[in-house]
Amino acid sequence: MAEPLLSVRDLHTRYAVGKQVLRAVDGVSFEVGRGETVGLVGESGCGKSTLGKTVLRLVPSAEGAIVLDGADITRLGDSAMAEHRRRMQMIFQDPFGSLNPRQTIRTVLDTALKVHRQGNRAERERRMAEIVERVGLPADALDRYPHEFSGGQRQRIGIARALVLRPALIVCDEPVSALDVSIQAQILNLLVDLKRDLGLSYLFISHDLSVVRYFADRVLVMYLGRIVESASHATLWRDPRHPYTKALFAAVPSTDPTHKRGAPPIKGELTTDLSSGCRFYSRCPAATDRCRSEEPLLRSVGEGHHAACHFA
Amino acid sequence: MSLLAVENLSVAFPGHVAVREVSFAIEPGETLALVGESGCGKSVTAFSVMRLLPSNARVVSGRILLDGADLMAASPAEMREVRGKKVSLIQQEPMTSLNPVLSIGAQIGEVIRRHEKVSRRAARARCIELLDLVSIPDAHRRIDDYPHNLSGGMRQRVMIAMAVACGPKLLIADEPTTALDVTTQAQVLDLLDDLRRRLSMAVLLITHDLGVVAQWADRINVMYAGRIVEQAAIRPFFARPMHPYSRGLLGARVDVDADEHYSASRLSEIPGSVGSAAGEAGCPFAPRCPMVETACRAVPPTLLAFEAERHVACPVTLEAARDG
Amino acid sequence: MSVQAEKLAEKLADVGNRAAIPRKGRRLRAFMRNPTFVAGVIILSFFVLLALFADVLFPGDPLDMVGPPVLWPGENPEFPLGTDSLGRDVLAGLVHGARASLLVGLSAAAIGLAIGMVVGAAAGFFGGWVDTLLMRIVELFQTTPTFLLVVVIVAIGEPTMQTIALAIGIASWPTVARLVRAQFRSLREADFVMAARSLGYSSLRIIAQEILPNALPPVIVAASVMIANAILTEAGLSFLNMRDPNLVSWGGMIGAGRDLLRTAWFLTALPGVAIAAAVLSLNLVGDGLNEILNPRSEP
Repeated sequence: MAEPLLSVRDLHTRYAVGKQVLRAVDGVSFEVGRGETVGLVGESGCGKSTLGKTVLRLVPSAEGAIVLDGADITRLGDSAMAEHRRRMQMIFQDPFGSLNPRQTIRTVLDTALKVHRQGNRAERERRMAEIVERVGLPADALDRYPHEFSGGQRQRIGIARALVLRPALIVCDEPVSALDVSIQAQILNLLVDLKRDLGLSYLFISHDLSVVRYFADRVLVMYLGRIVESASHATLWRDPRHPYTKALFAAVPSTDPTHKRGAPPIKGELTTDLSSGCRFYSRCPAATDRCRSEEPLLRSVGEGHHAACHFA
Repeated sequence: MSLLAVENLSVAFPGHVAVREVSFAIEPGETLALVGESGCGKSVTAFSVMRLLPSNARVVSGRILLDGADLMAASPAEMREVRGKKVSLIQQEPMTSLNPVLSIGAQIGEVIRRHEKVSRRAARARCIELLDLVSIPDAHRRIDDYPHNLSGGMRQRVMIAMAVACGPKLLIADEPTTALDVTTQAQVLDLLDDLRRRLSMAVLLITHDLGVVAQWADRINVMYAGRIVEQAAIRPFFARPMHPYSRGLLGARVDVDADEHYSASRLSEIPGSVGSAAGEAGCPFAPRCPMVETACRAVPPTLLAFEAERHVACPVTLEAARDG
Repeated sequence: MSVQAEKLAEKLADVGNRAAIPRKGRRLRAFMRNPTFVAGVIILSFFVLLALFADVLFPGDPLDMVGPPVLWPGENPEFPLGTDSLGRDVLAGLVHGARASLLVGLSAAAIGLAIGMVVGAAAGFFGGWVDTLLMRIVELFQTTPTFLLVVVIVAIGEPTMQTIALAIGIASWPTVARLVRAQFRSLREADFVMAARSLGYSSLRIIAQEILPNALPPVIVAASVMIANAILTEAGLSFLNMRDPNLVSWGGMIGAGRDLLRTAWFLTALPGVAIAAAVLSLNLVGDGLNEILNPRSEP
C-alpha cells in the first residue's frame, strides 16, 4: 500500500485538571489513507474530539508522532506549521459557535486565502465564488453575516471555510449532530460529493453509530482515551468483537418497532477510574479476574480487524 | 374519557405563530410521542399543558382538558397544585435542571413536602424509596450527594425521581435523553417505560429521534411548522408513513440496521429548510414537498381520517392511498 | 420547579424569537425609541457641541475679568448666569469648562483603555505565566485606593491637564484589564478561534480580527462609565486645588466658589449641575449601549 496521508503513532494528550492529570488521549495509533474516510466513534468524554484536535495541532500532544504526507509535524513551530495547516482542516460541530458573528462570509474566506498568499484579488474572488457554489450556498451569501443563515447553511459555510484552501485531510468533529435530521442528510450527501470530486480524506468523529456506519470506510471505536476496536465498516457491523462495541450497537434504537431490543448489557456510565486492568472492566458483562489485573492490548483478530479484549 | 385532551390549541409569539390548531389526546397509561424538528412547536405545545409559557407567548385559542377540567381556566394556585402532582416534567439538560447547592435528597424532599403533609423524616424515607425506584445504587448513601457528584445519567434519574415523587398521572418528558450517551439513553428510557407501567401513568414523550419513538412509544404525532401533520399508532406508522414529511424524515434518517453505505447509495434528502415554510395560506410543507399540487399552496391542510386512529394532514396522499 | 420554569421560559423565548432576527439597522432604530438612551444621547451631544464651539460662543479667555464681581444670574442680561468673585462670566466658564472636563474624561479613558486592553488581551489570550504575572500587577494597582493614587501622581508631577488625565488613566486601567481578560479567556476557546488557528493565523491576527471585535461591546460600555468617573475625579482634584491654573474646569469652578457658598451658592451649584448632568448622560448612554451591543437582548 502507498504511504498513508496521515499516520499517528502512540499519541498522548494530557490535561491538567487541578492537581490531577487527565489522560484524554492515551496511546493511540492509526492511519488515514488517501481518499479514505476513517470513522472515530465513542461516547462523550472518551477523548475522540481531543484526538481530532491533537492531530490538527490545535491541542499540544505530550508524546507520540503525527506524520502528514511523510512529514513529521509533531513538533513544528508556528511558521513551519503554517504550510502544513493548509493541507488539513476541520469542520466543527456547532454551526453557531464556529463562525465569527462579526465577519461576513467573504471576510472569513478571503482572510484564509490572503494569509496563505493564494493568488491575486481576482483569483481569490473566483475561488470564493466557486467554493460558495460548490457547497450549495446562494451566490449572494458572500456579503452576508452568519446570523442571516439557518443552521444547515451555516454548516455549509463552515465546510466552505475548511475547503477554500484545498486541503487533503478534513477532520469532521460531529459535523451533523447539532442539525435536524432532514438537514443531516443534506450535509452528509454534500460531504460524500466533495470527497468524491476533490479526492478528500476524512477523519470523521461522531457519537452516532448509524451515521458512522453509513459514512466511514474504516471505523475506530474509542473508549477512555484508547482505541478498543478497529475494522473496516463491513467487518465491524457483521462481527463486532469488543464487548463495548457490541453494547454500543445494542443501544442504538432501531426504527423498526417489531425489532425490540433490551437495554444494552453493560452497567453504569463512562468513568475516569483507570486501574491497572482493562478500562472497560467495571462495565463489562464478560469481565473476569484476568481483566481486572491485566490490560488487554490491541491485537489482530482477523484481517484488518483489531480488538483490545482478552476474549475477542 | 381521555386523560388529557388538547383541543384546537394555537400559541403565538410576537411575530410568529408557534403552534397552530393542534388537537390530540392521551389515554391513561400510554406513551404518546410528539415528534418534529427544532422549532416545530413540540416543546411549546408541551409547556402549554403545564401553563409554563414565557411571558411573550399568547394562547390564541384552544382548551386543555386534564381529566375533563380545563387547565386554561385554572387559577395560578390551582395550576401549582396540578404541576408536580398531576402532571410533571423532565427536561433535556440534567446538568442545569438541578439546583447545584442543594443535595438531591433536599430537592426531592421539597417536591414531596410541597404537595403532601408529611414529616421531614417520612419525606426522607420516601426519597430513598424513590431513588431505589429509579435504580440509583446505594440510595441511602446517595441521598446526601450533590448534583455535581453524579453523572449525567444519574442526574436524569434524579430528575425522574422528582417527577414521579407525587404519583402524577401524566409525565411530560422533553427530549429526556438528547444530552445523554447512547448506552445511557437506552437505560433511562427503559426506566421510564418501566415506571409508566408500575405507576400507571401516561407519558408524553417529546423527541426528534424516530428510533426512540419506534422503540418506546405507543402512538406518534408528527409536527411540522406548528401543525400536527400525522397521527398514528407506532406499528402502522413505521410500516407505512403517509404524510410526505413523515416519509421524508424516515428516509433521511440513517438507520443502524439498514445496510446502507455512501459508496453504494445516497441518503434521500428533504430539500430546503423549515425556514422555507413561509406562506401562511397553504400547507407549510408545500415548498419542500415532492408531491405538491396547486391546491396545496392555497388551502390549509386539516387532519383527515384514513383508518381508525390514523389521521393525515395531506389530501393528496390520502387520495393516492385510497386509489390503491 | 421555579428554576425549571425560568429556564423553560428562556428556552421558549429563544424559540419564539428565532423567527425574527433583527438586523443591525433595525436594532438601532428600535433602541432609539428607548427614552432614557435617547435622553442620554441628547444631553451628551449638547455638552459635546458646547465644548466644540466654546471659542465661537465665548471668544476670549474665560479667566478674564469682564464685569463686576458676584452678579447673581439674571441681574445683568450681559451675564445671564452671573459672575464670580473675580468678575468672570459664569456661563463662559461653564461652556469652556465642558471642553476641559470632557477632554480630561476622554483622554483619561483612552489611556486607561489602551493600557487595560493590551494587558487584559495578553493575559487572557496567552494564559500561563504571562497571565499570572500581569494579574499580580493588576492586583497591586487595585489594592491602592484610586483617588489616592491619582493625588500622589499629580502631586509628583505638575498639575497640568496632561498629568491629570495620565494619572486618572493609570489609576483606572486595572478594571479594563480584568474585563478584557475575562472576555479573552472565554473567547479563545470558541470554535471560531479554533478554526482561525487551524487556518494558521498568527496570534496577532487572531487577537485583532477574531477575538477583539467580539470582546469590545462590554469594553465600550465600560468606557462610557470611565469617562464619567474621570470627570468626577478631575472635579475632586480641582476642588482640592490640584488643577491646571490656566484652564477652566467645572471642578475648578466649584472649588473657586467654595468660599462664597453661603452668600453666592449658585457659583458652586451651577457647575455641580453640569457635572451631574454630564455624568448622568454618560451612564444612560452606557446602559443603552449595553443593551444595543448585547446580541441576546431584544428590542
